[in-house]
Amino acid sequence: MSLTPKDKATVKLFWGRMSGKAELIGADALSRMLAVYPQTKTYFSHWKSLSPGSPDVKKHGKTIMMGIGDAVTKMDDLERGLLTLSELHAFKLRVDPTNFKLLSLNILVVMAIMFPDDFTPMAHLAVDKFLCALALALSEKYR
Amino acid sequence: MVEWTDSERAIINSIFSNLDYEEIGRKSLCRCLIVYPWTQRYFGGFGNLYNAETILCNPLIAAHGTKILHGLDRALKNMDDIKNTYAELSLLHSDKLHVDPDNFRLLADCLTVVIAAKMGPAFTVETQVAWQKFLSVVVSALGRQYH
Repeated sequence: MSLTPKDKATVKLFWGRMSGKAELIGADALSRMLAVYPQTKTYFSHWKSLSPGSPDVKKHGKTIMMGIGDAVTKMDDLERGLLTLSELHAFKLRVDPTNFKLLSLNILVVMAIMFPDDFTPMAHLAVDKFLCALALALSEKYR
Repeated sequence: MVEWTDSERAIINSIFSNLDYEEIGRKSLCRCLIVYPWTQRYFGGFGNLYNAETILCNPLIAAHGTKILHGLDRALKNMDDIKNTYAELSLLHSDKLHVDPDNFRLLADCLTVVIAAKMGPAFTVETQVAWQKFLSVVVSALGRQYH
Protein backbone atom coordinates (compact mmCIF):
# COMPACT_ATOMS: atom_id res chain seq x y z
CA MET A 1 0.00 0.00 0.00
CA SER A 2 2.90 2.33 -0.69
CA LEU A 3 2.31 5.85 -1.98
CA THR A 4 2.45 6.38 -5.72
CA PRO A 5 3.83 9.68 -7.11
CA LYS A 6 0.21 10.64 -7.84
CA ASP A 7 -0.83 9.92 -4.24
CA LYS A 8 2.00 12.11 -2.96
CA ALA A 9 1.08 14.94 -5.32
CA THR A 10 -2.58 14.75 -4.21
CA VAL A 11 -1.64 14.86 -0.53
CA LYS A 12 0.70 17.84 -1.08
CA LEU A 13 -2.01 19.67 -3.00
CA PHE A 14 -4.60 19.28 -0.24
CA TRP A 15 -2.07 20.08 2.43
CA GLY A 16 -1.24 23.31 0.67
CA ARG A 17 -4.91 24.29 0.90
CA MET A 18 -5.20 23.24 4.54
CA SER A 19 -1.99 24.49 6.11
CA GLY A 20 -3.37 27.99 6.70
CA LYS A 21 -6.21 26.57 8.82
CA ALA A 22 -4.16 23.93 10.60
CA GLU A 23 -5.31 24.88 14.10
CA LEU A 24 -9.00 24.92 13.17
CA ILE A 25 -8.81 21.65 11.28
CA GLY A 26 -6.80 19.92 13.99
CA ALA A 27 -9.11 21.09 16.74
CA ASP A 28 -12.18 20.03 14.75
CA ALA A 29 -10.79 16.56 13.95
CA LEU A 30 -9.63 16.03 17.53
CA SER A 31 -12.99 17.19 18.97
CA ARG A 32 -14.85 14.82 16.70
CA MET A 33 -12.60 11.91 17.63
CA LEU A 34 -13.00 12.56 21.38
CA ALA A 35 -16.80 12.76 21.02
CA VAL A 36 -17.37 9.85 18.64
CA TYR A 37 -14.83 7.54 20.30
CA PRO A 38 -14.97 8.39 24.02
CA GLN A 39 -12.31 5.79 24.83
CA THR A 40 -9.77 8.18 23.29
CA LYS A 41 -10.44 10.61 26.13
CA THR A 42 -8.45 8.32 28.41
CA TYR A 43 -5.24 9.76 27.01
CA PHE A 44 -6.18 13.27 28.05
CA SER A 45 -7.29 12.89 31.66
CA HIS A 46 -4.77 15.59 32.57
CA TRP A 47 -6.62 18.26 30.55
CA LYS A 48 -8.96 20.70 32.28
CA SER A 49 -11.57 20.41 29.56
CA LEU A 50 -12.14 18.12 26.59
CA SER A 51 -14.93 20.14 25.06
CA PRO A 52 -14.60 21.23 21.41
CA GLY A 53 -13.68 24.85 22.07
CA SER A 54 -11.29 24.30 24.95
CA PRO A 55 -7.75 25.73 24.82
CA ASP A 56 -6.20 22.29 25.41
CA VAL A 57 -8.08 20.77 22.45
CA LYS A 58 -7.21 23.71 20.19
CA LYS A 59 -3.54 23.64 21.15
CA HIS A 60 -3.21 19.91 20.73
CA GLY A 61 -5.13 19.93 17.45
CA LYS A 62 -2.55 22.39 16.16
CA THR A 63 0.35 20.26 17.45
CA ILE A 64 -1.01 17.22 15.65
CA MET A 65 -1.54 19.09 12.38
CA MET A 66 1.97 20.56 12.54
CA GLY A 67 3.26 17.02 12.94
CA ILE A 68 1.24 15.84 9.96
CA GLY A 69 2.41 18.82 7.92
CA ASP A 70 5.98 17.89 8.74
CA ALA A 71 5.27 14.30 7.66
CA VAL A 72 4.01 15.64 4.31
CA THR A 73 7.49 17.08 3.67
CA LYS A 74 9.06 13.73 4.59
CA MET A 75 6.73 11.52 2.55
CA ASP A 76 9.60 9.85 0.70
CA ASP A 77 10.97 8.32 3.90
CA LEU A 78 8.37 8.52 6.64
CA GLU A 79 10.07 5.94 8.85
CA ARG A 80 13.27 7.96 9.08
CA GLY A 81 11.54 11.32 9.10
CA LEU A 82 9.25 10.41 11.99
CA LEU A 83 11.83 8.56 14.10
CA THR A 84 11.73 11.02 17.01
CA LEU A 85 7.96 11.22 16.99
CA SER A 86 7.76 7.46 16.90
CA GLU A 87 10.01 7.20 19.92
CA LEU A 88 7.85 9.75 21.72
CA HIS A 89 4.67 7.77 21.00
CA ALA A 90 6.33 4.43 21.81
CA PHE A 91 8.12 5.18 25.04
CA LYS A 92 6.42 8.20 26.52
CA LEU A 93 2.86 8.56 25.20
CA ARG A 94 2.23 4.86 24.56
CA VAL A 95 -0.90 5.53 22.54
CA ASP A 96 -2.45 2.27 21.36
CA PRO A 97 -1.88 2.34 17.59
CA THR A 98 -5.53 1.48 16.82
CA ASN A 99 -6.32 5.05 17.83
CA PHE A 100 -4.38 6.47 14.89
CA LYS A 101 -7.11 5.05 12.62
CA LEU A 102 -9.79 6.80 14.66
CA LEU A 103 -8.14 10.20 14.32
CA SER A 104 -7.46 9.56 10.63
CA LEU A 105 -11.14 8.96 9.95
CA ASN A 106 -12.00 12.27 11.58
CA ILE A 107 -9.37 14.12 9.57
CA LEU A 108 -11.02 12.66 6.46
CA VAL A 109 -14.46 13.80 7.70
CA VAL A 110 -13.18 17.35 8.22
CA MET A 111 -11.63 17.31 4.74
CA ALA A 112 -14.94 16.11 3.25
CA ILE A 113 -16.72 19.03 4.94
CA MET A 114 -14.08 21.53 3.76
CA PHE A 115 -13.79 20.23 0.19
CA PRO A 116 -17.15 18.61 -0.66
CA ASP A 117 -16.48 18.63 -4.41
CA ASP A 118 -12.69 18.18 -4.48
CA PHE A 119 -12.44 15.41 -1.91
CA THR A 120 -13.22 12.80 -4.57
CA PRO A 121 -12.91 9.04 -3.96
CA MET A 122 -9.42 9.15 -5.53
CA ALA A 123 -8.35 12.01 -3.28
CA HIS A 124 -9.82 10.15 -0.28
CA LEU A 125 -7.80 7.08 -1.30
CA ALA A 126 -4.53 9.04 -1.52
CA VAL A 127 -5.00 10.80 1.82
CA ASP A 128 -6.13 7.59 3.55
CA LYS A 129 -3.04 5.78 2.23
CA PHE A 130 -0.83 8.61 3.49
CA LEU A 131 -2.43 8.62 6.94
CA CYS A 132 -2.05 4.82 7.14
CA ALA A 133 1.62 5.11 6.17
CA LEU A 134 2.05 7.86 8.74
CA ALA A 135 0.44 5.72 11.45
CA LEU A 136 2.70 2.83 10.53
CA ALA A 137 5.82 5.00 10.75
CA LEU A 138 4.58 6.41 14.05
CA SER A 139 4.24 2.94 15.55
CA GLU A 140 7.59 1.76 14.16
CA LYS A 141 9.40 2.01 17.50
CA TYR A 142 6.65 0.39 19.57
CA ARG A 143 8.23 -3.06 19.67
CA MET B 1 -30.67 -2.88 24.37
CA VAL B 2 -29.36 0.35 22.89
CA GLU B 3 -30.59 3.55 24.53
CA TRP B 4 -31.36 6.50 22.29
CA THR B 5 -31.90 10.02 23.52
CA ASP B 6 -34.66 12.13 21.93
CA SER B 7 -31.95 14.28 20.39
CA GLU B 8 -30.24 11.28 18.77
CA ARG B 9 -33.53 10.02 17.34
CA ALA B 10 -34.29 13.45 15.95
CA ILE B 11 -30.86 13.76 14.36
CA ILE B 12 -31.01 10.33 12.70
CA ASN B 13 -34.57 10.90 11.45
CA SER B 14 -33.61 14.29 10.09
CA ILE B 15 -30.66 12.90 8.15
CA PHE B 16 -32.83 10.22 6.54
CA SER B 17 -35.72 12.53 5.76
CA ASN B 18 -33.36 14.78 3.74
CA LEU B 19 -31.49 11.91 2.13
CA ASP B 20 -31.22 11.37 -1.63
CA TYR B 21 -30.96 7.57 -1.43
CA GLU B 22 -29.74 7.19 -5.00
CA GLU B 23 -27.06 9.85 -4.78
CA ILE B 24 -25.72 8.93 -1.35
CA GLY B 25 -26.05 5.18 -1.88
CA ARG B 26 -24.17 5.27 -5.18
CA LYS B 27 -21.47 7.63 -3.87
CA SER B 28 -20.90 5.62 -0.68
CA LEU B 29 -20.60 2.22 -2.33
CA CYS B 30 -18.38 3.58 -5.13
CA ARG B 31 -16.15 5.30 -2.57
CA CYS B 32 -15.82 2.05 -0.62
CA LEU B 33 -14.87 0.07 -3.76
CA ILE B 34 -12.30 2.73 -4.74
CA VAL B 35 -10.74 3.52 -1.35
CA TYR B 36 -10.75 -0.12 -0.19
CA PRO B 37 -10.31 -2.04 -3.47
CA TRP B 38 -10.29 -5.45 -1.80
CA THR B 39 -14.03 -4.96 -1.18
CA GLN B 40 -14.48 -5.51 -4.91
CA ARG B 41 -14.14 -9.23 -4.22
CA TYR B 42 -17.86 -9.32 -3.42
CA PHE B 43 -18.93 -7.73 -6.68
CA GLY B 44 -17.63 -10.16 -9.27
CA GLY B 45 -20.97 -10.26 -11.07
CA PHE B 46 -21.42 -6.50 -11.23
CA GLY B 47 -19.68 -5.77 -14.51
CA ASN B 48 -16.78 -3.43 -15.11
CA LEU B 49 -14.89 -2.31 -11.97
CA TYR B 50 -11.64 -1.68 -13.78
CA ASN B 51 -10.87 1.76 -12.36
CA ALA B 52 -12.45 4.63 -10.43
CA GLU B 53 -14.12 6.08 -13.53
CA THR B 54 -15.79 2.81 -14.56
CA ILE B 55 -16.89 2.15 -10.97
CA LEU B 56 -18.46 5.60 -10.73
CA CYS B 57 -20.36 5.02 -14.02
CA ASN B 58 -21.42 1.46 -13.27
CA PRO B 59 -25.25 1.27 -13.14
CA LEU B 60 -25.29 -2.07 -11.26
CA ILE B 61 -23.15 -0.60 -8.50
CA ALA B 62 -25.34 2.51 -8.39
CA ALA B 63 -28.46 0.37 -8.02
CA HIS B 64 -26.84 -1.70 -5.29
CA GLY B 65 -25.80 1.41 -3.39
CA THR B 66 -29.43 2.55 -3.37
CA LYS B 67 -30.52 -0.91 -2.19
CA ILE B 68 -28.05 -0.82 0.71
CA LEU B 69 -29.23 2.60 1.82
CA HIS B 70 -32.87 1.52 1.73
CA GLY B 71 -31.77 -1.41 3.88
CA LEU B 72 -30.83 1.14 6.53
CA ASP B 73 -34.48 2.26 6.57
CA ARG B 74 -35.28 -0.90 8.47
CA ALA B 75 -32.94 0.11 11.25
CA LEU B 76 -34.40 3.61 11.25
CA LYS B 77 -37.96 2.29 11.67
CA ASN B 78 -36.89 -0.15 14.40
CA MET B 79 -34.25 1.77 16.30
CA ASP B 80 -35.14 0.09 19.56
CA ASP B 81 -34.50 -3.39 18.21
CA ILE B 82 -31.97 -3.17 15.40
CA LYS B 83 -30.35 -6.39 16.59
CA ASN B 84 -33.39 -8.57 15.83
CA THR B 85 -34.47 -6.51 12.84
CA TYR B 86 -31.22 -7.46 11.11
CA ALA B 87 -30.96 -11.08 12.28
CA GLU B 88 -32.03 -12.45 8.91
CA LEU B 89 -29.86 -10.03 6.94
CA SER B 90 -26.92 -10.95 9.15
CA LEU B 91 -27.40 -14.64 8.36
CA LEU B 92 -27.64 -13.79 4.67
CA HIS B 93 -24.33 -11.90 4.74
CA SER B 94 -22.70 -14.71 6.71
CA ASP B 95 -24.03 -17.87 5.10
CA LYS B 96 -24.87 -16.85 1.57
CA LEU B 97 -22.81 -13.77 0.69
CA HIS B 98 -19.79 -14.73 2.86
CA VAL B 99 -18.91 -11.09 3.54
CA ASP B 100 -16.14 -10.43 6.09
CA PRO B 101 -17.97 -8.28 8.69
CA ASP B 102 -15.06 -5.85 8.81
CA ASN B 103 -16.33 -4.62 5.45
CA PHE B 104 -19.48 -3.27 7.11
CA ARG B 105 -17.27 -0.86 9.05
CA LEU B 106 -15.43 0.20 5.89
CA LEU B 107 -18.69 0.98 4.11
CA ALA B 108 -20.00 2.77 7.21
CA ASP B 109 -16.90 5.00 7.24
CA CYS B 110 -17.37 5.84 3.54
CA LEU B 111 -21.04 6.60 4.17
CA THR B 112 -19.99 8.97 6.97
CA VAL B 113 -17.53 10.80 4.70
CA VAL B 114 -20.17 11.14 1.93
CA ILE B 115 -22.81 12.44 4.36
CA ALA B 116 -20.25 14.87 5.83
CA ALA B 117 -19.50 16.22 2.34
CA LYS B 118 -23.22 16.56 1.61
CA MET B 119 -24.15 18.26 4.89
CA GLY B 120 -21.03 20.41 5.23
CA PRO B 121 -20.85 22.42 8.47
CA ALA B 122 -24.33 21.11 9.38
CA PHE B 123 -22.58 17.81 10.08
CA THR B 124 -21.72 19.03 13.56
CA VAL B 125 -19.89 17.04 16.23
CA GLU B 126 -23.25 16.21 17.83
CA THR B 127 -24.67 15.04 14.50
CA GLN B 128 -21.59 12.92 13.80
CA VAL B 129 -21.77 11.27 17.24
CA ALA B 130 -25.42 10.27 16.72
CA TRP B 131 -24.82 9.17 13.12
CA GLN B 132 -21.80 7.01 13.92
CA LYS B 133 -23.59 5.52 16.94
CA PHE B 134 -26.45 4.52 14.63
CA LEU B 135 -24.07 3.00 12.09
CA SER B 136 -22.09 1.13 14.75
CA VAL B 137 -25.30 -0.46 16.04
CA VAL B 138 -26.20 -1.46 12.48
CA VAL B 139 -22.72 -2.86 11.85
CA SER B 140 -22.82 -4.80 15.11
CA ALA B 141 -26.27 -6.25 14.31
CA LEU B 142 -25.17 -7.29 10.83
CA GLY B 143 -22.21 -9.20 12.27
CA ARG B 144 -24.12 -10.78 15.10
CA GLN B 145 -25.35 -13.98 13.44
CA TYR B 146 -21.99 -15.04 12.06
CA HIS B 147 -21.04 -18.49 13.28
